[in-house]
Amino acid sequence: MGNRVAIVGVGMTKFVRRALETGKELSWLASKMALDSCGMTMDQIGCVALGTAPDTFDGVHMKGEYLSDGAGCWGKPYMRSYVGGGTGVFSVAQGWYHVASGMFDTCLVVCEEKMSTFQPHAQAAFLTIFDHTTERPLKPNLLWIFALEMNRYMTAYGLKKEDIARVAVKNKNNALDHPAAQIAAPVTIEDVLNSEVLAWPVQRLDVSPVSDGAVAVILANESVARRVTDKPVWIEGCGWALDTAYWTNRDLCYSRCVEEAARMAYKMAGVTDPRHQIHVAEPYDPFDYKELQHLEGLMLCGRGEAAQLTADGVTARDGELPVCPSGGLLGVGNPIAAAGLMKVAELFWQLRGEAGKRQIARKATRGVAQAWGDLMQVGTVVVLGV
Amino acid sequence: MAKPKAQSPKSEVQSPKSAPAAPPYHPIAHGLSDDDFKHGKVCTTRWTADARYAWDRGVAIGRYLDGLKQGKLLGVRCAKCARIMIPPRAFCEWCFKPVDGWVELEDTGVVNTFSLCYVTWDVKRVKEPQVPAVIEIDGASRGMGIMHLLGGVDPKKVFCGMKVKAVWKPAAEREGAITDILYWKPL
Amino acid sequence: MSERIAVVGIGATQFRTITPDVSYKELMFDAAVRAYDNAGIDPRRDVDTFVTCAEDYIEGTSIFDEYVPDQLGAALKQVHTITGDGLHGVAAAVMQLRTGRFSLAVVEAHSKASNILTPDGVAACAQDPVYVRPLCLNSHFIAGLEMNRFCAESGVTPGQCAQVAVKNRGNALSNPIAGQAAKLTLEDFRHARPVALPLTELDVAQSVDGAVVVVLATESRARELRTKPVWLTGAGWCNGSPNLETRDWASPKYVTTAAAMAYKQAGITDPRHYFDFAEVDDTYTYKELQHLVALGLANACDVGRDVELGKTATKGKRPVNVSGGALGMGHMYECIGLARLYCAVQQLRGEAGMQQLDKARTAVVQAWRGVPTASAAVLTLAT
Ligand SMILES: [Zn+2]
Repeated sequence: MGNRVAIVGVGMTKFVRRALETGKELSWLASKMALDSCGMTMDQIGCVALGTAPDTFDGVHMKGEYLSDGAGCWGKPYMRSYVGGGTGVFSVAQGWYHVASGMFDTCLVVCEEKMSTFQPHAQAAFLTIFDHTTERPLKPNLLWIFALEMNRYMTAYGLKKEDIARVAVKNKNNALDHPAAQIAAPVTIEDVLNSEVLAWPVQRLDVSPVSDGAVAVILANESVARRVTDKPVWIEGCGWALDTAYWTNRDLCYSRCVEEAARMAYKMAGVTDPRHQIHVAEPYDPFDYKELQHLEGLMLCGRGEAAQLTADGVTARDGELPVCPSGGLLGVGNPIAAAGLMKVAELFWQLRGEAGKRQIARKATRGVAQAWGDLMQVGTVVVLGV
Repeated sequence: MAKPKAQSPKSEVQSPKSAPAAPPYHPIAHGLSDDDFKHGKVCTTRWTADARYAWDRGVAIGRYLDGLKQGKLLGVRCAKCARIMIPPRAFCEWCFKPVDGWVELEDTGVVNTFSLCYVTWDVKRVKEPQVPAVIEIDGASRGMGIMHLLGGVDPKKVFCGMKVKAVWKPAAEREGAITDILYWKPL
Repeated sequence: MSERIAVVGIGATQFRTITPDVSYKELMFDAAVRAYDNAGIDPRRDVDTFVTCAEDYIEGTSIFDEYVPDQLGAALKQVHTITGDGLHGVAAAVMQLRTGRFSLAVVEAHSKASNILTPDGVAACAQDPVYVRPLCLNSHFIAGLEMNRFCAESGVTPGQCAQVAVKNRGNALSNPIAGQAAKLTLEDFRHARPVALPLTELDVAQSVDGAVVVVLATESRARELRTKPVWLTGAGWCNGSPNLETRDWASPKYVTTAAAMAYKQAGITDPRHYFDFAEVDDTYTYKELQHLVALGLANACDVGRDVELGKTATKGKRPVNVSGGALGMGHMYECIGLARLYCAVQQLRGEAGMQQLDKARTAVVQAWRGVPTASAAVLTLAT
């Protein structure tokens, strides 16, 4: 059924608070690096799949069209997919169906975000994600929905702030070994607990930063993949699901959409026991508690158990189930769509044993990357294996 | 102008410049600092988008807003799944059929979750926190909440499960908007 | 080999200049209910994947994707947005069906254009922010530049372009859902206000509100449904240069490339004689002519005369935009392509009512994303 699809090359720019480069230029840098990484040229690329999140950041309407030449699509079939924060991981699913359909041998997947353009601060652009009639008049802040969800999660499972702060500590320290990282730092639990309160229970160091950056990966069908690399990383499964927009009617302590997306991806990958068949995970961590919630949604542990897993060191880079060995969004940075694709890039390096100083201790042949977004409602999951 | 550095002082720790020990080995992108702008090292073009909208309220939200103007919270009912929903919608999203009628709900509810927010939507720091909350409305099905603000309460004393009641604008000032409720106070 | 893909259900609302009675959700719900009924399916039970096509700036909502699942019966199911024309969405659905992992797909696009108070301000935001915007030009100027160059190279006259509007808006008079039907004459163009000469106000499709939903299925799944399938034999799409400085102003090569991709899949080697009718983008009058050339359906030197001689009229040799096109049915942003597809499927099924052509077994449908883009999609259809 379908054709096997592999990732054969990756590239990424540095993630920075404000880049000199335009969005087009960031896209080009990442694309070129991905092509070079597997010795391919643009004329060997059949089509381009682009992912980028809100147009308001860049202040560019039809941002996909604007970025298209930077992403190498001139004269090629080109589409931009968009599922909010879930876009980065979804773009790999989009690329997958381009190739798995048999219509293309290769697909360049590019994700870009330039959040610094919006002035005075990208945060304000988020006002427009809320319902224009029932919510925007209350002048909501993006922090609200995270804080509301975090509080609900902590209340439902009786968690303390330090249980959650461990995630920020782990990821920001992991990122010290990531050459593209924006905010790697040797922080401690105390640093997190003493950082500025933004929207209780959310504090400054619970949150990933605003970033500019781009990531690109190259997908190929089996015959091309075998030709260009000895170590293709296979897309074993992908899944996505979008829950109802009525977010105030949902129980915010658990991400149903992530579970639904994971079920789809696991089914495709033949994963029946995720806790043992998945060896490394890159769940979406724009806020520290999100990593915990997503580990539960990915069914890598029971509901409410992820904090304990973290406290026990299971999710450390030398643990039994390394989680966000890259440093995640909390450490590497969060250029939204690009951050999701960065997770896929990390799995590529980890599964090929090429992650250098970041290489996880245990042997890993299968990993999962996941992103999430919209109004806490979309889950996107990719299972990779070698 | 961009906000000052968003992270703690330790945030600018960089990996060693020579021979990084992990991929990506040569990531490019030139980070700019506030100084680069102050000293005119980089130029920018500025643009204020002229993008304005007037959204049609529609059947369901239109009637909801009319209810608010009268000081009432209205919900809708689906006979198939027996849910009473708020905010109202013209169709039941789970049964995919038109809803079966309107129900007047209480203007009281229970705090499902809340936050104490010290930053406004446009990233201005405030001394007294705003208290956004998801409030499950009495009379609607379990778990049916709306987002609104709490007030008339010491923020430190708010808790999940707290019973609250709507504080309405005076009738003459109501205009058929979600802001016709000023905030929700402890019951 | 992959299975064939079919259109098995279509649904559309009325297209109207304003729709103050319904929200965009209610508008989409209406089209969705019609499409699902048309296909004889239950979205909650039967549909494997949903694709919606929208742009944030058009909706006035960031991450508009958030607000689409409920009214499509898609909550907690596989849904994603393609920020492209509805026909790009169809292509995305076709690819998913061809992976063998899905058998029934839904594609949606809509327009609530009447809710945009500053359409020109929004359109300006699509211009390059550094190079082009500081010139402070209304985006229609790009169409003016293109029309001028196209006319200069092909010999097409502005009068021949005007004839396209006369034809299409007249065709729309017999289309019960069309929102911009009118009986025009060439005389009307003499008084038309200039927009970006040679482009006048009457050369520009005027916006309407509306929604279209299309249901697609693999062949084996289509055989289980009660509707007569219309086969989607080819799907192609392509982008040209986004930069105004580096594009070919006379001919949109990306349309030719997209068409070549679709024709190859469908095994079409002689497009000029293959199709019974065409539904192509006519956001601006000259665009219909330019697109007919790019699709390989006409020569640049004849295309203007063809329209004058009525060869593209409903009674002509190969009718073009019998539905009324975007000029006659209304401009609907990302929904323009799906509106073309909707009417083409009606023709191929023999359900086009007053507009029904005698011979309608094969069709080509094409969409363009409007200024300032160089982005197009092409579908080929057959009974
Ligand atoms: Zn129901």
